[in-house]
Amino acid sequence: MSVVPFVKALLHVRDLAVSLEDGTPIVEGINFTVAPGEIVGVVGESGSGKSSIATALLGDARAGAIVSGGSVLVDGRDILSLEDAGRRRLRGSVIAHVAQDPALALNPMRRIGSLLDEELRVHQPELGKAERQARIAEAAADVGLPTAAEFLRRFPHQLSGGQQQRVLLALAVLLKPGLIVLDEPTTALDVSTQARVLATIRNLCRTREIGAVYVSHDLAVVRELVDRVVVLYTGHIVESGSRDQIFGAPTHPYTRGLLDAVPDISGRHGVRAIAGHAPALDERGTGCAFAPRCDLRSASCNGQPALRDFGDRHAVACHHPVRGKREESPIAVRADSSAIDLPALAVIEHISASYGASPVLVDVDLTLPRGYCTALVGESGSGKTTFARALVGAVDDVDGAFFYDGRAIPLSGGRDRDLRRRIQYIFQNPFRALNPRQTVGQILRTAALHFFPLRSADADKEVAAVLERVALPPELAQRYPRDLSGGERQRVAIARALICKPELLICDEITSALDVSVQAAIIDLLRQLQKEVGLTILFVTHDLGVVRAVSDFVAVLRHGSIVEQGSVARVLDHPEHDYTRALVADSPRLRNTAA
Amino acid sequence: MATIYSPQPQPTADRPEAEQGGSTEAGGDARVKAKRAVRERLALPAWLPWLGGRVLSGIATAVVISVLVFAATQALPSDPARVILGPDASEDSIHTLQRQLGLDQPIPLQYVRRAGRAALGEFGDSLDSSVPAGKIVADRFGNSAALMAVVLVLAVPLAFLGGVALAIRRDSRFDRWTMNAIILFKALPAFVLAIGLILLFSTTVFPILPAVSLLDPEISPLLQPIYLVLPALTLILIVAPFLLRLVRSAMIETLEAEYVAAARLRGIPEWRIIWTHAVPNALVPVIQGIALTSRLLLGGGLIVEVVFSYPGIGNALNSAIEMRDVPVIQAITLTMAVGVVGINLLADVATVLVTPKLRTSARPRLRAGTRAKLKLKAGGV
Repeated sequence: MSVVPFVKALLHVRDLAVSLEDGTPIVEGINFTVAPGEIVGVVGESGSGKSSIATALLGDARAGAIVSGGSVLVDGRDILSLEDAGRRRLRGSVIAHVAQDPALALNPMRRIGSLLDEELRVHQPELGKAERQARIAEAAADVGLPTAAEFLRRFPHQLSGGQQQRVLLALAVLLKPGLIVLDEPTTALDVSTQARVLATIRNLCRTREIGAVYVSHDLAVVRELVDRVVVLYTGHIVESGSRDQIFGAPTHPYTRGLLDAVPDISGRHGVRAIAGHAPALDERGTGCAFAPRCDLRSASCNGQPALRDFGDRHAVACHHPVRGKREESPIAVRADSSAIDLPALAVIEHISASYGASPVLVDVDLTLPRGYCTALVGESGSGKTTFARALVGAVDDVDGAFFYDGRAIPLSGGRDRDLRRRIQYIFQNPFRALNPRQTVGQILRTAALHFFPLRSADADKEVAAVLERVALPPELAQRYPRDLSGGERQRVAIARALICKPELLICDEITSALDVSVQAAIIDLLRQLQKEVGLTILFVTHDLGVVRAVSDFVAVLRHGSIVEQGSVARVLDHPEHDYTRALVADSPRLRNTAA
Repeated sequence: MATIYSPQPQPTADRPEAEQGGSTEAGGDARVKAKRAVRERLALPAWLPWLGGRVLSGIATAVVISVLVFAATQALPSDPARVILGPDASEDSIHTLQRQLGLDQPIPLQYVRRAGRAALGEFGDSLDSSVPAGKIVADRFGNSAALMAVVLVLAVPLAFLGGVALAIRRDSRFDRWTMNAIILFKALPAFVLAIGLILLFSTTVFPILPAVSLLDPEISPLLQPIYLVLPALTLILIVAPFLLRLVRSAMIETLEAEYVAAARLRGIPEWRIIWTHAVPNALVPVIQGIALTSRLLLGGGLIVEVVFSYPGIGNALNSAIEMRDVPVIQAITLTMAVGVVGINLLADVATVLVTPKLRTSARPRLRAGTRAKLKLKAGGV
């Protein structure tokens, strides 16, 4: 056994396996332990099985799946071998679960106080009303929520995202369990809210000696929070070890690749994508699942590698482990001059927009220098998407001036075909932005034929050329969007914009629905297009790490106003506005290098 | 739920300060908070202006319908005066009667006069029987409403319990067989069902129930239940399967929601999850489904009324049209239209009241197409 059993362990997971009802394994051979007060991070990309592990720890599996083997010892009792009633008693009181999206995990019909009260009544029926109220107030205070009766009478939709997540935390700590399983609890939150919620979690675990399993895809968050890390790939543990081992001397090629792919706000290195994408559940072979994407693969990779102990509780499942410290590729030097000195492609002056009575944008000025990438950063609700959409004429209630290539353009109302061609928009979610009834080829041809009087054969040539441009194989033209992975779909969406031969590309959070390793490839592609085609890009995002990796200039939007703008190096290394400073400070980072 | 309503701007801004504000609020003055809580409870509900607007638009709908009904009866190729006096009347007496009935006046004026009287429940006398049309409608409508009430009171709880039970046992053998039986029922035309029941209960097999509803017009039909059984049973067999499928699919959807999974992972017992977490969330589609059923029963009871000779509103409308009895036609169509508007209004108010997010909003918005979607979900009516 590679993982040394920890004597004082609170949670002991042994050979845990979850599979579909037909026997297809989702996760297999999961072993790890959690000591009191220890936070263990379970890291993986989408489809790695991390959420399946999270619910299996409470003896539950989503519909269509079953916990098919192994044991989960909580306080010495195996939760998997218990009867339903016994398992139910443990849930919440001994081991609690915090779900990913608080907006979905709170019942919209129930006041939050009634949810807390119900949990106490179910698990501790002996408590009187006054005692229950005292316990609820205590739990609310523990997670930083107001304890007033008026607050507890609110419905979930009357709370902010951060408050909703704190309600879930309060539900989790209410019965004072020894263990909490957190399934990506901060992905739906803004960085500043996330930073505060993470601080609450850390504090709870330290002071109460609560053990925690923190499931996440976000390596930077994991690094800031956890003591130990378990790295998952396609349902298997590929590496596990202390935080310093995993982030300082990662040994599995996948762990290394993942770390290289994360754009970091401190920005001393470039991002490097992992080629290809993780195999789907029914595509998994018998050998090392990572081999097809690995530079070090050899014939021995056809056999499943066992998890081997590398000493000091560091275990790796690889035939070709990489020793030594991780080296980073330095980042390319960027434009350092101010945007004002550069020729502008688009100038936006005094844009204001409102949704009903509430203003969304207030008097925003922005200049997009020709041939550079400008990032527009803001938290949810800051108005960044409204701004981006206003540039393509997709917002009705908007005032202001828009000069494009020296020409004044009306912000609302009709635009001529040529202008529509020159400004292209790429949406956040590639799963919904492509017509599911058209093949990739048809999607691209439609866009090309809309703007250019092409003959059929020429259109096909254009399609082939643009697919090559975004590094997709030409035979993809025959496929439907549903056959493609998320990264491939986003490349098709980019290709659809490129085939129109645009000058300005507006990218609205185009990487936030993608896995890190795939995001890195898209960022690479955008940088390359910018260099080779001379595209001007407006990149809308909430992630400062991505800003560092992709853009030359950045504008920070808050409550509909730009609070700070300048070159990326200047704004991120020496932020001047308090809000920017808070954003930079709250962003989780992969390295300690001071900005 | 989220699929039915359009997204609303959040009352609490989703911004970090809002959260900080909430946290510092905890240390604030308790008295101020208590006062605010009292004020919040005494304040008029936020949805009240919405309700006012909704009632006004309901009235406007009724007025538009009355114009359409009036226009439609005007377009009928018949002259009430000729119908009353018969084919042998002289032109002179016809003209006299037309003048007496006000038929020689300009059409807009006729409309205003009739609409004014209709608002007071006066539709004029029936051309066929000289009884006030309002009274005919009241009697017949009462009979129909009694039948409808019996059907709803029995069908709704039956469908609700059945739908919840099926949703919990989803994909079990019991669920599959019941669903197949329901589809068979749906394929059966209503009159076949009605005749089948007559054969079964009124003729040779079990001759225990009357085949024809010979209601005593002097007493409420609810006091003559023997005549209600077969018509009600037929209608229940028609509407209950539809409602049951609706409840089942709404319950399946909420049982798959993340908040139900989260409640399970908190160790909440299953029966509590079903009745206090899932059922309340399944209510909205069910309310709209009941409204749909009620509208159906309002006019669609006709087949049953014909088969059982039940003296309901559908039968009355049918014979009024045959007789070109314009006042009765106008009275019935207008009453039914107002009924439909009323049912819709009730259903929307109920929907807003059971949905906290709508109830606390100043501008509750039910997205257009909700009803069409419901129909689709339950597999059509």
